[in-house]
Amino acid sequence: MTETRLPRWAGLVALPIVNILAALLLSGLLVAAIGADPWQALLVLLRGAFGYQEAIGFTLYYTTNFIFTGLAVAVAYHCGLFNIGGEGQATLGGLGVGLVCLYADALPFYLVLPLALIASTAFGAAWAVVPGILQARRGSHVVITTIMFNFIASTLMVYLLTHVLIRPGQMSPESREFLPHTFLPFAHQALAWLGIPFARSPLNLSFFLALLASVFVWGFVWHTRWGYELRVVGANPQAALYAGISPQRNIVLAMAISGALAGLLGVNEIMGVNHRLLLNFTAGYGFVGIAVSLMGRSHPVGIVLSSLLFGALYQGGAELAFEVPRVSREIVVVIQGLVILFAGALEFLFLPLLRPFVKAA
Amino acid sequence: MSNPLPLWGGVGEGAGEFRLRRMVQDAPDLIPGVKHTPAQAALGEGVDVIPPAIELRHIDKRFGAVHANRDVSLAVQAGTIHGIVGENGAGKSTLMSILYGFYQADRGEVLIRGVKKTIARPVQAIAAGIGMVFQHFKLVEPFTVLENIVLGVEGGKLIARALAHARGELARLARDYALEVDPDAVVATLSVGLQQRVEILKALYRGAEILILDEPTSVLTPQEADHLFRILGALKRQGKTVILITHKLREIMAITDRVTVMRRGEVVAERETRATTQEELAELMVGRKVLLQVSKGAARPGAARPGAGRLAVEDLSVVDASGVERVKNVSFTVRAGEIVGIAGVAGNGQSELMEAIAGIRRAAKGTVRISGGAAHGNARDLRRQGLAHVPEDRRRMGLVTAFAAHESAILGYHDDPAFTGPILLDRRAIVAHCAAQMRDFDVRPPDPHLASESFSGGNQQKMVLAREIGRDPEVLLVGQPTRGVDIGAIEYIHRRLIALRDAGKAVLLISVELDEIMSLADRILVMFDGRIVGEVQADKADERLLGLMMAGIDPRTPREAA
Amino acid sequence: MEALTYFALLLDATLRVSAPLVLAALAGLFSERAGVFDISLEGKMLVGAFAAGVAAHYAGSMWVGLGAAILVSVAFGLLHGFACITHRGNQIVSGLAINILAAGLTILLGVTFFRQGGRTPQLPTEARFTPITLPGAEALKDVPVLGALWSELISGHNILVYFAYAAVPLAAFVLYRTRFGLRLRAVGENPEAVDTAGLSVEGLRYQAVIICGVLCGIAGAYLSIAQSAGFIKDMTAGKGFIALAALIFGKWKPVPTLLACLLFGFLEATAARIQGAFDLTGASDAVRRAAEALPFVIEALPYILVVLLLAGFVGTATAPKAGGIPYVKER
Repeated sequence: MTETRLPRWAGLVALPIVNILAALLLSGLLVAAIGADPWQALLVLLRGAFGYQEAIGFTLYYTTNFIFTGLAVAVAYHCGLFNIGGEGQATLGGLGVGLVCLYADALPFYLVLPLALIASTAFGAAWAVVPGILQARRGSHVVITTIMFNFIASTLMVYLLTHVLIRPGQMSPESREFLPHTFLPFAHQALAWLGIPFARSPLNLSFFLALLASVFVWGFVWHTRWGYELRVVGANPQAALYAGISPQRNIVLAMAISGALAGLLGVNEIMGVNHRLLLNFTAGYGFVGIAVSLMGRSHPVGIVLSSLLFGALYQGGAELAFEVPRVSREIVVVIQGLVILFAGALEFLFLPLLRPFVKAA
Repeated sequence: MSNPLPLWGGVGEGAGEFRLRRMVQDAPDLIPGVKHTPAQAALGEGVDVIPPAIELRHIDKRFGAVHANRDVSLAVQAGTIHGIVGENGAGKSTLMSILYGFYQADRGEVLIRGVKKTIARPVQAIAAGIGMVFQHFKLVEPFTVLENIVLGVEGGKLIARALAHARGELARLARDYALEVDPDAVVATLSVGLQQRVEILKALYRGAEILILDEPTSVLTPQEADHLFRILGALKRQGKTVILITHKLREIMAITDRVTVMRRGEVVAERETRATTQEELAELMVGRKVLLQVSKGAARPGAARPGAGRLAVEDLSVVDASGVERVKNVSFTVRAGEIVGIAGVAGNGQSELMEAIAGIRRAAKGTVRISGGAAHGNARDLRRQGLAHVPEDRRRMGLVTAFAAHESAILGYHDDPAFTGPILLDRRAIVAHCAAQMRDFDVRPPDPHLASESFSGGNQQKMVLAREIGRDPEVLLVGQPTRGVDIGAIEYIHRRLIALRDAGKAVLLISVELDEIMSLADRILVMFDGRIVGEVQADKADERLLGLMMAGIDPRTPREAA
Repeated sequence: MEALTYFALLLDATLRVSAPLVLAALAGLFSERAGVFDISLEGKMLVGAFAAGVAAHYAGSMWVGLGAAILVSVAFGLLHGFACITHRGNQIVSGLAINILAAGLTILLGVTFFRQGGRTPQLPTEARFTPITLPGAEALKDVPVLGALWSELISGHNILVYFAYAAVPLAAFVLYRTRFGLRLRAVGENPEAVDTAGLSVEGLRYQAVIICGVLCGIAGAYLSIAQSAGFIKDMTAGKGFIALAALIFGKWKPVPTLLACLLFGFLEATAARIQGAFDLTGASDAVRRAAEALPFVIEALPYILVVLLLAGFVGTATAPKAGGIPYVKER
């Protein structure tokens, strides 16, 4: 383990940046192989992500999702758990939001909103707590059980949207649209109330919710005794027993918080953007959350930054596919895969490159 | 505070100079630590022409800043049992790992039966006739004995023939060396002693002429150890060479022909076993007189607050996860102002007993009372009742190595109002608290933000001790307080424990180091096979008596008088 | 009689649906028994299917397609090995990266090559693995039971199906009877034992991930150039994970894994057929609802069963002990 002991700047900043650059470089080569100009592609991507108001709105809208799922992965990680069930938990969170917006729409917005928040976190948490309890009490490996729960969630959602919640007389598996007063305000609407004009985009107030969640995770994990206990369990379960900290309770707690955070994705997608329940709104955000958390070193600040990176990639990639027809949108997925590979599985591949600088420091 | 004693502890006069010496038997009185080479030996008398089974010349190995082996030279004669003794970290295991091809020496050479060999990988060691029995067995638990034996030497693409062949060989080896094991048993179901036999069989099956055993008795019951020694004796009679690495002097005296003493990576002495004594070896190992008689006054138990024991354990039994009863109906008390030591061979239930008292393990039955009140709850609840605990293995339990020192400094006390408000931790108070403890216990470097794993063993132990003693507990449980701790820190830690006793606290000490128990404890309980087999007043204890009791025999009772 | 035919057809479908599961599960078995956990069976199947579709299209030969599938899948297996064995990276993270890479690359390249939204062009029959009529199938068709079984159920599958089922006893033989199998199992349980025996832990694990790649490649080729006439984006649709589930359900042993694959294949075949199979006229609302939900329950059953197994409610599954842990020589 001595090889991982690095100065803070190297481990927290330099290595992740080198890893991203490696992923981007390889992606650039791929773009060139496809027959497009990688430099031009990069410029299009950057402009598409940040070049104008609408683009920024889209970028931040994607960023919101990544923050939720990245935080979800990070909290579990601090307790020594690998939650790859973000997809399923977000699906259930969205279901919770959808049910509130469909069935409690007689209530005014200021009651619908807290109900939706409670429902999304509770549904997401519930979907994560079951694998958590099975891990804590029966030793069932949470990686495998959360994968299985993703598939179960997806099957459940298909059933509900094809047979129960589907809007009558309609073919596509979607619920009816919610009543407008239950929509979470868009950023351009909110800004308009303040007299600031802003281009229309899916960005909505759940972005602030994501930032609040980041602050919450930071405070909880590092500045409360419950967060302390959670980290002890993650770092050394034996020491936890020695200190009278229950690993079982903390595993369940960590999974609950993790699932709740993933569930909040549903607020953004269902209540903020789509305004109806539909299939596949999680669109892989749950998985990419793992990359986000890895890149962000499981710290909220890092997670917000890497979410922004992935948000920009998503939005810029869409623009890229539009402007450069040779490149399809899936280039973004490839880049994500490469980032996970380099920043996660091959984390220390480029360590020898950094060594001379580390010695000098 | 640094060790005031010289490294060589008075035996180092000859360290720098070369002296001719004869290879064998007849020079027990020569100054130890002298480097020699066979060339010089041959030049000497020229009597001994049979080359040693193994010879290491000027082996040097560094791991970063740690100089694990310094210019080690060593010769082991064929057909003998050669002991290598030294404290933890003296470099014994590193040396043997070099011999087995796990590490490459930075300098030096290895000769097998007089022929220079390059051993870069275990396979080359095996080919050279070297077999190794590690302290932690390298067995595939779900495999049968036979499958484990043939692994790596299957002799063909299919294993059926190898298994049949091994079965025959095993029968022969069992006959020759008293090494009976059921060849079809699944290894996971075998006792530790039998698993060790499988390791020995593995080596012999590979044609080992030289067998290295690393701390082989640390996990054995005395009976199993006896059987092991009979096996080793049989091996020697059949002409095999055995190297026994241990820190238990009794074993060296009982079984070896010759012994090499290592300290801090160096060979400091070599002796003919029958010409040396345990006391001399101990002194050589540690570098000075060992029976560190910590100056302490007589205990005055109960003087402060007379009455019942501060810690009372009644009829306690502990069953482990696999259903084995590790602690059996144990009862004892520790009074205020005394240190009670529990002696025993590792693995006789001491750890489980300690963990049960500390609330880490659930007891199957029995009660624990602290200051008269029934103790209940988990480790944290017990801390609130005045019980502190320095665990046996600080890296596994006492600290969170990945945490900064100040975060480890509140482990178990993190919900104390001094460190946390209703919701938020008071980081500033925690860091200040840690810094104060570091000053008080002379922890170096005194940096509360440094990762816990960056401190040396002694400093880590001081941090744990500071945390546990610092709360002024009524009862302190201490396990292996000086394991892997440098000499300077050992003395310091011992003084703090005595001071705690003198302050009227009850201390329960568990250690596998008899010296430590004898010098610290006021009363000694001996544990064997989960039971307390007897109690001895410290001033009436000696190694022989305790040793017998640790083997389950109390010579003072007529029952086991034989 | 109608019910019997229906059941025979169901079994026939089960054999076909289970074949790629068997291949992928055996792939996972070799990797995981050697101590390398692999959640990227899905991704390797996907790249295999894509490579097969592309190569079979250009070469006009299914054998070239099969070879390409194996090569590409092995390459991804080696990537997993490079990350997890050589660089001791996290095996779950590496597997995840490969799955995501596979999902992205197959579409990206598919669109670049063919501009058909990620599909590969429809293959002609000559470039596909087609059903084989086994000897005597025609002649024995009318012999009751056994003859019908032979001609209807056993005969009439493509060669990859036969290979998949033949691979099970082969895998069992390799695993339990050969030197390689002994060492492979040992390295998955206690790599130190293998290391001290003078064998290469890394070498053995690389061999395991290569075998895993080969089998995943064949499974992928089965999807795109045997079962279908070309690659469609995301055509594995979770089969790699079902295979993983079957492997766990089969407790990492060849024959139980085969049975788990057949069970899960049967469930999938049933779920596909059961929809609308009941006459619900006059049934109560509750019954109707239950009938509607049934196919979904059946579809989710493999996942639920694995969770129950892992929770110890239906037996116990003990994973290879060294699985998921990178091997670092101790000091």
